[in-house]
Amino acid sequence: MRPDRIAAIVGVAESDLGVTPGKTALQLQAQAAKAALADAGLEKNDVDALFTAGNWAWSPNLMLAEYLGIQPRYADGTNIGGSSFEAHLGHALAGIEAGRFEVALITYGSTQRSDQSRNRPANHATLVEQFERPYGLPAPVGAYALAAMRHMYQYGTTSEQLAEIAVATRKWAMMNEKAMMRTPITIEDVLSSRWIAEPLHLLDCCLVTDGGGAVVVASARRVGSTRKKPVWVLGHGEMLTHYGITNMPDLTVTGAVQSGQAAFAMAGVRHEDIDVVEIYDSFTITVLLTLEALGFCQPGEGGAFASDQRTAPGGAFPMNTNGGGLSYCHPGMYGIFLLIEATRQLRGECGPRQVPDAKIALAHGTGGVLSSSATIILGRDA
Amino acid sequence: MAEHIPVPVPDGDSRVFWEGVAQGKLLIQRCDACQQFIFYPRFLCPHCFSDSLAWVEAQGTGTIYSYTVVHRAFGPFADQAPYVVAIVELAEGVRMMTRITGSEQDAVRIGAPVRVVFVEADEGVTLPYFQLN
Repeated sequence: MRPDRIAAIVGVAESDLGVTPGKTALQLQAQAAKAALADAGLEKNDVDALFTAGNWAWSPNLMLAEYLGIQPRYADGTNIGGSSFEAHLGHALAGIEAGRFEVALITYGSTQRSDQSRNRPANHATLVEQFERPYGLPAPVGAYALAAMRHMYQYGTTSEQLAEIAVATRKWAMMNEKAMMRTPITIEDVLSSRWIAEPLHLLDCCLVTDGGGAVVVASARRVGSTRKKPVWVLGHGEMLTHYGITNMPDLTVTGAVQSGQAAFAMAGVRHEDIDVVEIYDSFTITVLLTLEALGFCQPGEGGAFASDQRTAPGGAFPMNTNGGGLSYCHPGMYGIFLLIEATRQLRGECGPRQVPDAKIALAHGTGGVLSSSATIILGRDA
Repeated sequence: MAEHIPVPVPDGDSRVFWEGVAQGKLLIQRCDACQQFIFYPRFLCPHCFSDSLAWVEAQGTGTIYSYTVVHRAFGPFADQAPYVVAIVELAEGVRMMTRITGSEQDAVRIGAPVRVVFVEADEGVTLPYFQLN
């Protein structure tokens, strides 16, 4: 493992999740930020860098900083979709390593479920979107359906194999009291749920919820004064491959190939060293493609890898232990929740769903329509 | 009032393409420097960064690279479901998003040969769709 300890996650929290009528994206982020700073044992005025992403303001960083009463000397509003927060953490690591700030606050908040904002197609299609939007591909599910169809064609992947992921994830959610969907489901339930966009069924798709989260990152120098044991950022990698799904070079290969290689190399760990994995699960196919791209299995073998409930509680490959975007929450951009759960697992705070003695975790975000990939590897002191 | 589909807004990159569509031609670009075909149209070649690009008429044939049957659609598309959206790889090698139209929807397969047809998708909006050969 990499000997130097540069930056660590020292505080994590969610806001209210699920359906939060009357709440705003700012309220949810303030609620999560307050709780995450309390978790860290730090004060608002300790924060000197702010990272956020969203589409609720022309400059989310400016509006949120003002709202929280923070005047950060460093800000990063990188928006590459749901993986933005894994990117933010990597950028915070770089900024801390460069000595530009000591304590970074990363937040996300969305009221998309209460807003019903995902269902309104725009009246006009401009710039490069004019070559996709007029054809009526529902965003983003249609793009993931195109990838799933291609993977099935190329490798014989089955709907049953995709359903294995949804079923295993639900089992984890049943052990998380914050999860929205906690009734057990079977593979047959997934296969008999209605088509959304073939070959994806309703239960292949993530939830649509409200919610927010916050992560506090501190320099090694500041870690001594925080409340809980640090969760070190050991590795980071990111990769942007395309914007529209038509221009994805290969619908079966994501940028997680490159982001994963970079993160593993930086952390100096191997696949077999990873104890728990949190993988962006906007759709079941997202997970399958990511497992292959990260190198946990060979290209085309993701379906076999996920079979026999391998990723479920008690399985050989504990994955998405909070219940994931499929069953816990998914407020549009899910990436921050991967970091929150990975941190809690490494702290041993997960109660019935705790992966025993978890020391190293991998969190992988996917944004857009398989457009961006960002991988984080976290580790605790022995 | 019926909802309209998102209308393509011709701009400095796309105007020639949409003018071609209006005349029943599928126009794509080719790079004068590296000779590669390019779609969607743009100011410079994404392969070699040359800004010397020419318009050429595509053969209008290709194969289905991937597709989905959309069952849950929103807004102006809601009443059209189920329908087939596909990525077609043209004979020239570039890919474009499209609809697969025609009566043989059950025969749609990855790899199936298709050819372009120009369809008035909404009032005054003609789009290049494809149908099975």
